[in-house]
Amino acid sequence: MPVIVYADKYLMALKTTTHEKVVLKGVIPGLRGVCAKVLSLAKSLDYSDDDIFAAHLAIEESIVNAVKHGNRRNINKTVTIEYDVTPEKIDVIVTDEGRGFNPETVADPRCIENIYKTGGRGVLLMKSYMDAVEYNENGNSVHMVKFNGRYTR
Amino acid sequence: MQEIKPRVSVYYAQNAVVVTIADEKILEDEDIKALEDSIMPLIDGPVNLVIDFTNVRFLSSAVLGLLIRISKKTNEHKGKLKLCGIGPRIFEIFKITRLNEIFDIYDDPKKAMLSLK
Repeated sequence: MPVIVYADKYLMALKTTTHEKVVLKGVIPGLRGVCAKVLSLAKSLDYSDDDIFAAHLAIEESIVNAVKHGNRRNINKTVTIEYDVTPEKIDVIVTDEGRGFNPETVADPRCIENIYKTGGRGVLLMKSYMDAVEYNENGNSVHMVKFNGRYTR
Repeated sequence: MQEIKPRVSVYYAQNAVVVTIADEKILEDEDIKALEDSIMPLIDGPVNLVIDFTNVRFLSSAVLGLLIRISKKTNEHKGKLKLCGIGPRIFEIFKITRLNEIFDIYDDPKKAMLSLK
């Protein structure tokens, strides 16, 4: 009988890859629970504290945007979080039921005319802290990726 | 009985009111509202306010909005706002948003208070 021996890294990836899609009512505490799970998985895979901080900030901002700006705090609308956490990357898609927005038209909060505004910094932070941030055509779904710095640096 | 968590401790120094934030994470709307409710009443005149972030390990952009509101109120009352004790990870958030260019940021409360002399 043939014995299949996997390379350690492949076996590790099989054991440690988590994929989940969660659809929840659009209330922030429940969605933060999913964020906590993603971060805990990343921690168990030995992501650095800096990478976990970055993913935490970006997911937090995306959740708040989905609930407040996307669903306009309508708790009957849902937010879907789909994630893959592997030893190589944290991949998260956050989708709301709102009308979406065009991220290209978001004002730059660093400009002098906007710097004293009390909001509008979430998208900038998401783009700054994640390795890839992409919106769907409708602008109601954001796909973010953070690579494990221990692999890529 | 629900635990009442202190949000801030307030110390009245000679030339400033020093507010130390107790929370490690500032995220929830209620946390931010509680902070705002604790800090805003302190600005009742030309007060120099020092906010110490030594305990804070995580905050979101909503807190930056609160700091802008506090800054506007201190300016309106002809006071000054100084921030201090901001760790490197949080300072990065200020750098990315360029808020480090509009806020006066010091290493610790002592240095912040010295700057007011």
